[in-house]
This record gives sequence, structure tokens and C-alpha cells, in this order.
Amino acid sequence: MSLKPAVSKTDHIQGKKDASIVIVEYGDYQCPYCGAAYPVLKEMMTKYGKQIKFIFRNFPLSEMHQYARPAAIVAEAAALQGKFWEMHDAIYENQRLLNEPFLLELVEKLELDPHQFNVDIKKSELATKVDSDFESGILSGVNGTPSFFVNGRKFNAGAEDLLQLMSEIVK
Amino acid sequence: MLKKNDVAPDFTLFATPDQKITLSEFKGKNVILAFYPADWSPVCSDQMALYNEMQKYFKKYDATIFGISVDSKWCHMAFSQSRNLHFPLLADFEPKGDTSKKYGVYNEKEGECNRALFIIDKEGIIQWSYLSPMAINPGADGILEALEKL
Repeated sequence: MSLKPAVSKTDHIQGKKDASIVIVEYGDYQCPYCGAAYPVLKEMMTKYGKQIKFIFRNFPLSEMHQYARPAAIVAEAAALQGKFWEMHDAIYENQRLLNEPFLLELVEKLELDPHQFNVDIKKSELATKVDSDFESGILSGVNGTPSFFVNGRKFNAGAEDLLQLMSEIVK
Repeated sequence: MLKKNDVAPDFTLFATPDQKITLSEFKGKNVILAFYPADWSPVCSDQMALYNEMQKYFKKYDATIFGISVDSKWCHMAFSQSRNLHFPLLADFEPKGDTSKKYGVYNEKEGECNRALFIIDKEGIIQWSYLSPMAINPGADGILEALEKL
């Protein structure tokens, strides 16, 4: 199964811009397995961030996790102020506190412009971005969260295995 | 296992403790049958939870989805409530596995259905089928591709 569509400018990207190893995660902010994967991925980027590229795409299982989609939309709103990864990290680092008031606390804590945030959060583009990420996940064969892709191909294992793989292939 | 162009065998199974569903009543609609081994598999990689998020995509293709396992109607009810599922789970419970056997997807050794998908067109003909390894959630990309081709 391969990644559709390929990584592009509309994605949230960290690490080395023109890396030859590109990892995509489809994640849900309320999913406990994604929460468990977070520190492992963080370690991976600390170790190999200068050599690899990491992308996060939204895959909220909204029926099961009531705050997953609101969290995804808030992170997209933070992205409009250049703070996507700060919000992404803050949510995963406090996953057990996740609810709507807490998301607003994070908006304040990360010093987003509150007026701009209130305007942005109502924009339909944010929801469209989350939906199109979800749809791309479905078409790419995502079957649960987190799901990883390495250079466009589905990686059928967890974050620990991914870290292990990087330790073997990153030079 | 039944394949493309086979006539989908009709069945009547419990969908809730007091309601049965008959396949032939859905003629004129596309039907997705998702046979799966058992309720209560691990949460976030759960196949039924994934399909639950996909109702609007299935509707686009005028398709209705049914999950089928050998669990009883009461078990299905508890599972469905706990996962907030918005589509029916059918109980292939008595005689056990009867419908799964008709579709050729009953696993005698485990006493469960295999993980298998069927797409049945509006005339009741199977247009696509897929057998997934028991431990692997097949996702939904195959289903959407097959619906696209109808």
C-alpha cells in the first residue's frame, strides 16, 4: 500500500528538508497508542532529525474519541500562526488532560494571537484540511492509529520498530 | 470463498436483540459485508471502528455496511454501544457460522469467521471479495476502490 497523495507543501513537516528518508505518521490526538508513540518519535527526531524528514497527518477517529477532531482543528489553527508542532507536542504531552477547555488553555500558553485564533478557528479550510488528511489515509490503506509510511510505503509496525529501523538505515 | 459474479447467498440474522436483517431486502442498494473474527479486538486498530468513521464515504456510493461475526446479539449490542457504532453488527450465531459457511469464510479450527470482505451490487451479485490475514485489519482502501468500479 502506498501513500496517496505524496508529501507536499500543505503537509506539516519537520526534520531535514531534502532528506532521502521520509516518514509520515497518521495520528489521532486522543488515541492512547499515538500518545505512547509520541516520545519514541520525539527520540527518533532528536537522534536522526538532521538526516530524516517527519510529517504528521490527521486521522481522528471522531466517533470513538470525542476530542480528537477538535484537537486536530486547533492544531491546524496553530499552524496558521506558525506553531503547529508546538501545539502538536503540547497536546500529546498532556494527552490525559485533553478536552475543549484544555485546548483553549494551550492556545493561551503557546501565546497564539487570541483574536487571530478566534477568526481562524471558524474557517472551513481547517475542517477541510483535517478531512482531506483523513481521506488520504483511507486511500493509502491506514487501518488504525498510529499508522506510519516510510518513503511512501506502509510500515506495518509500531514506533519502536520504526526507531529501530532508523538506527539501522540512517547513516 | 465466494468470488466476483457469484450470487450472494441470502440470509436473515439478528442485528439487535429484537430485530432481524435480511440481505435480499437491500436489493437496489450496494452492500458491504465485513466478516470479522470477534467483537472486542484492540481499540484503535479496530476494523469496525474504522468503518464507523466511513459512513459518509460509503453513502456516497449508495452502499450500506454490515459487520458479521459469530458473537451473539447481546455481545454485539454491548460492543456496538461501547464503540458508538452507527451500522449494524449481525450475529451469525445460530446455527453457528451458518452464513459464514455459505460465503466460504468460516474458520472451523477457531470457530470464528475469517476476516473477509464482500461487495454486493444492487442486483445481489458479488462484485468483489477479499480475504485478509486473520491478524491484519484490511483497512478500507480496497472497499473504496471496489465501490468506485461498480
